Amino acid sequence: MLNLNAFLVGLLFGLGLIISGMTDPSKVIGFLDLAGAWDPSLAFVMAGAILIGAIAFTIAKKRQRSLLGAPMRLSSATELDKGLLIGSLAFGIGWGLSGFCPGPAVVSAAAGQPKAWIFVAAMLAGMALYGMLERRGK
Amino acid sequence: MNLSDFTHSAYTAGLLGGLLIGIAAAMFVLLNGRIAGISGILSGLLQADKGDKLWRVLFLLGMAAAPVVYQIASDLPAVTIDAGTAQLIIAGLLVGVGTSYASGCTSGHGVCGISRGSMRSIAATLTFMMAGFITVYLTRHLLGL
Repeated sequence: MLNLNAFLVGLLFGLGLIISGMTDPSKVIGFLDLAGAWDPSLAFVMAGAILIGAIAFTIAKKRQRSLLGAPMRLSSATELDKGLLIGSLAFGIGWGLSGFCPGPAVVSAAAGQPKAWIFVAAMLAGMALYGMLERRGK
Repeated sequence: MNLSDFTHSAYTAGLLGGLLIGIAAAMFVLLNGRIAGISGILSGLLQADKGDKLWRVLFLLGMAAAPVVYQIASDLPAVTIDAGTAQLIIAGLLVGVGTSYASGCTSGHGVCGISRGSMRSIAATLTFMMAGFITVYLTRHLLGL
């Protein structure tokens, strides 16, 4: 059941990204372009998602286990550390340069966009590189 | 912004898509007890010491099936990718390293973390949004890329 639900959630998430317009990098850059012809419509994506999410997470926070009995894995970290801020800064620069964040890039790659494949390959290389450096640092 | 802007399809589509993303995130946390964070799901696949690969693969297969399922109902929306190859590679590396270092991206921090009321996720989201705004300002209006 957990694995079936993972597939269903991935599917719904992907459909939400396509319907919302998040899979079009030029639209994402239009949303980030405050000084140009700003397109605020993508703010509604986050608003819609958080509206539902806030209800679900309020319930989830009170539980030790999920409705299917899996352990509730919510982060307990609270510190605003260097990694969080520098990492988010780097991510935001990459997002602004390309118009891709991880979810939409995966969906666009699956839809057969060659440029999305290039982005996803580089993103996976970046994740692997971070993993190697982190292990070396330990 | 007036009322006709709200009824314009981009806003309705954004809200509808967002609600669907919210339902997906809600189903994942309530049923699987997990955060629907795409960068974390991807990077977990790259760590040899992590045993929980199957649900990650299935989640990503679900995402990959989305364009196929969408096309049953209608043609995929047109997509424009202005960035060239070098720019895409630099952007991809920054997104890969950055989301790993920050433990999350638009979905994990922006949707799930903010929904949870996490200060870390609110700080991460404000940071990557500001970085995105500034990057687009520099590339579009100062450098003309």
